Amino acid sequence: MISEPTAATFQATAPASDSGAWAGVRWALARDLRLALRSRAELGVQLLFYVIVVSLFPLASTPERNQLALMGPGVLWVAALLASLLSLPRLFASDYADGTLEQIALSPYPLPALVSGKMIAHWLTTGLPVVILAPVLGLQYGIDGEAMAALAAALLIGTPILSLLGAIGAALTLGLRGGGSLLALLVLPLCVPVLIFGAGTVDAVHAGLGVTANLSLLGAGLLVAIVGAPLAASAAVRIALD
Amino acid sequence: MLEAIDLAARRGSSHLFSSLSFSVEPGCAMFVTGANGTGKTTLLRILAGLGAPFAGTVRWRGVDVAPFAQTLRDDVAYCGHLPALKDELTAEENLAALVTLTGESVAASKFRDALASVALERQARLPARALSQGQRRRLGLARLSLSRRPLWLLDEPATALDSAGIALLKRLLSGHLERGGCALVATHQPLELPANEVRALSLS
Repeated sequence: MISEPTAATFQATAPASDSGAWAGVRWALARDLRLALRSRAELGVQLLFYVIVVSLFPLASTPERNQLALMGPGVLWVAALLASLLSLPRLFASDYADGTLEQIALSPYPLPALVSGKMIAHWLTTGLPVVILAPVLGLQYGIDGEAMAALAAALLIGTPILSLLGAIGAALTLGLRGGGSLLALLVLPLCVPVLIFGAGTVDAVHAGLGVTANLSLLGAGLLVAIVGAPLAASAAVRIALD
Repeated sequence: MLEAIDLAARRGSSHLFSSLSFSVEPGCAMFVTGANGTGKTTLLRILAGLGAPFAGTVRWRGVDVAPFAQTLRDDVAYCGHLPALKDELTAEENLAALVTLTGESVAASKFRDALASVALERQARLPARALSQGQRRRLGLARLSLSRRPLWLLDEPATALDSAGIALLKRLLSGHLERGGCALVATHQPLELPANEVRALSLS
């Protein structure tokens, strides 16, 4: 009745191979995407939040076309940051609450690989939709085509940094009461450089400087974050479980 | 196979246990008993590598192991208080996720068989939120039945199980011990297994 493992080779278990890292990324990515698809309403709420925040600014400030075009990029970036922040508290907390995080930390796959999979899933479900929606929302601010292309490119490189840095904060605030607001306090200052270079791309376009410098700096930031953030977040996860 | 040497643990400033030494050989189960709050769960978490002891060492296959050591992560199956189930996923998806997370490649049909062996085949496509407490525990048993790991650490595995479920747990455990595995089980109601395979450890 009970299916018995056939090979009783307890003496030599297969060591985790190099491909273990990719298998770990795939496991976490596939599971988190599936979970996100099962709770589509939650994703919709986040996107709607982004759309509404961006749309409120023209209503609350001025219909003056030039002024809107000036503040548009900044508003899009801040709204993208807030939308990313909205879903961050749940990134590790739900796994922590139901015990999955213990099993993840005890998996033979490298923890940074599993954590990276979760970060990628977070970006695909919150960052990527924001990038795709940005050109449409930019119309409300009368941002011209060239500037909008630069802004979209900057968002494409910059929003993964927000997910990566945010995940460190989410792991550090695991199990703390009021972790959500502490998470915002931790993560928002870290994101300042991303905002400056990201929103600055449009100024660079208008000044005729070209966007290479800003995008390169964002790209460099992304590379550093890709290497460092999974390590930092997994260290924080282990501390939270101890 | 598993040795604990002079283990001590604290919660806050109070001692849970100290100078705790024991060893568990292949084919042996150790039942850890003790009143609430005596540190059964803490002991299991330390042995699983989820936390560092306040003092002492844990030795697995003759090698001292630190928390989250790779050898532990390759060899331990830890079933804690928390079932590690996702309410949004079906019973079968939950089982598949937990088993593949341990790095084992298991044919997809095996998951159905394992669910059938714990009498959950009709719930396979139900989301886990629709399962009762006992059925959640049975899903944990299905996971154990697919595990090939030599060291099982079970925290109150009999909670919420009916008598058929407890019989199932006993069968799984004795099968595991026959294959030369070892197990530590924190429990209030020691299971009846053949006496030569069982040790008892009482925390007080």
